[in-house]
Amino acid sequence: MSAPSERRHWFYSVWSGLLLGLMAFFILNIGLMVAAVVTNSFGRRWLGTWLPEGYTTQWYAAAWKEFQLGDVLWVTAEVVLVVVALSIIIGVPAAYALARRQFRGKQLVMLLFILPLIIPPITYGIPMATVMYQAHLGGTLSGVILSNLVPALPFVILVMTPFIEQIDPTLESAARVFGANTLRIFWHVLIPLLMPGILAASLLVLVRTIAMFELTFLTAGPDSQTLVVALYYAVFAAGVRAPQSVDAMAMVYMAATLVWLLIALRFVNPTQLVSRVKEQPAH
Amino acid sequence: MSAMAARSPFRTDGTWLLVGPAVIFLMLFFIYPFGYGFWLSFNPAEGAWSANYQKFFSDEHLWRTLIVTFQLSLPVTILNVGLALPIAFQLRRKTRYQRWVTTLLVIPITLGTVLIAEGMLTYFGPRGWLSQFLQLLHIYDGPIRLTHNFTGVVLSLVISGFPFAFLLTLSYVTGIDPTLARAAATLGAGPWDQFRHIYLPLLAPGLAITFCLAFVQAFSVFPSAVLVGAPSGPTRVISLAAYEAAFEQYDYSMASAVAMIMGFAQLIVVVAVLGLRRGLYRGPVGGGKG
Repeated sequence: MSAPSERRHWFYSVWSGLLLGLMAFFILNIGLMVAAVVTNSFGRRWLGTWLPEGYTTQWYAAAWKEFQLGDVLWVTAEVVLVVVALSIIIGVPAAYALARRQFRGKQLVMLLFILPLIIPPITYGIPMATVMYQAHLGGTLSGVILSNLVPALPFVILVMTPFIEQIDPTLESAARVFGANTLRIFWHVLIPLLMPGILAASLLVLVRTIAMFELTFLTAGPDSQTLVVALYYAVFAAGVRAPQSVDAMAMVYMAATLVWLLIALRFVNPTQLVSRVKEQPAH
Repeated sequence: MSAMAARSPFRTDGTWLLVGPAVIFLMLFFIYPFGYGFWLSFNPAEGAWSANYQKFFSDEHLWRTLIVTFQLSLPVTILNVGLALPIAFQLRRKTRYQRWVTTLLVIPITLGTVLIAEGMLTYFGPRGWLSQFLQLLHIYDGPIRLTHNFTGVVLSLVISGFPFAFLLTLSYVTGIDPTLARAAATLGAGPWDQFRHIYLPLLAPGLAITFCLAFVQAFSVFPSAVLVGAPSGPTRVISLAAYEAAFEQYDYSMASAVAMIMGFAQLIVVVAVLGLRRGLYRGPVGGGKG
């Protein structure tokens, strides 16, 4: 609400109009970009006209066969599921320790959890891939999972910590008075209360892992490519394939990501995808 | 330090059991590779201990990548953060419009640079809609060249980087208590004065962090430099040099050296920005946040 006494100069109206126009222009172009991919993936022949000559779904069948999308999707599902499960199983207890306990070296541990989130994957990915290949993990599914866990685990920890801080500690004390140990408190008190947070963190990690290109690219072998890496190779070798079938594959990737994003957005604020924001938790 | 911390870590009901697995994992797969890469970069296949670094800074094919990367990432980051700040300020009030814009802007971030590259090739390409539209309006008659060159990578970095900078800035802007600005408004401060004297000082730390994160992201540009850039020359970025050393020449020592240089260059900019922030703004930090 603006204060009633606020005098609105014409300059401010023009300025705010300009900024909102810029934003609208940006979003419009992104929208058209996506629409172009959609149209091309269904287009029969599209050369220099506004719309293709006819529509077909044949490119999806072609892409499915050419790029072995069945296998790629299966690998992607395996990687994503294991990464989500492991990052929650390892991350939630760590987040609990950060939220509730004081211990020696806590600052250092916090730093350790923040670094993988602010250092870009390609910077640490190259030495990491080197170590993976020396440990004979490079090019395997386990290697891809472990490398994706490096940013996923700290992400879960940083998303979960404020959720845990919000839970009334007297609940745990009460359970402890009745003789419950940490494990039982976790299982019977914390996990049920934390379910919304765990769900949100899982969805966010899921979306981020599907879209994680660099680390998977650096550690994947031919049999352990996820969808986004397979898409990269398809775009990279664009001259070899029909552009429509590459766009069809892009659509499959887009659908796989956006479905989960839309589900995630029901539970979290959009800004939580890029940062850990201390706001009201999801309801 | 509190009394809790003074006790043995093993007596605090297994704190290290809770946090230990995560710490061990990151030590093994994050810290150790970094340390190993650092060590490896000083142990070249042949030559003195500093041979990799000497080679990087004497071979034009290599040192130019550092300059190219800066030329790409610095202007793009300034543009992205510079646009994000006024627009985020404009949208600081919680409205349905704000919710829609943030939701729409999350989409390009989530989809990632590979999909953006494919979309750009289809949309911005010489036969794409944008080109046709410009020809229709007779703004530009030839086929436009917005992909497979420097411009292509800049565009891709704006498409993925602006939403990131915007959402981060918005989260800082909305974190500032609006009653402060309202108090100033009752004293006659217009939007500009509110921005200049209330929001900007409180935003400074957040803006510095946003700039650093946006820069670091742009600096590590990789897939789009290949897919919508000209990876053999104008957009041969440093991450590409590191990748080629590792996976085409199998010279992991050299690749580690390039990765270390990349990390060091990012660190320098981050330290400079945070230092500049401290130098420019003297006063209480983080006040006004709930």
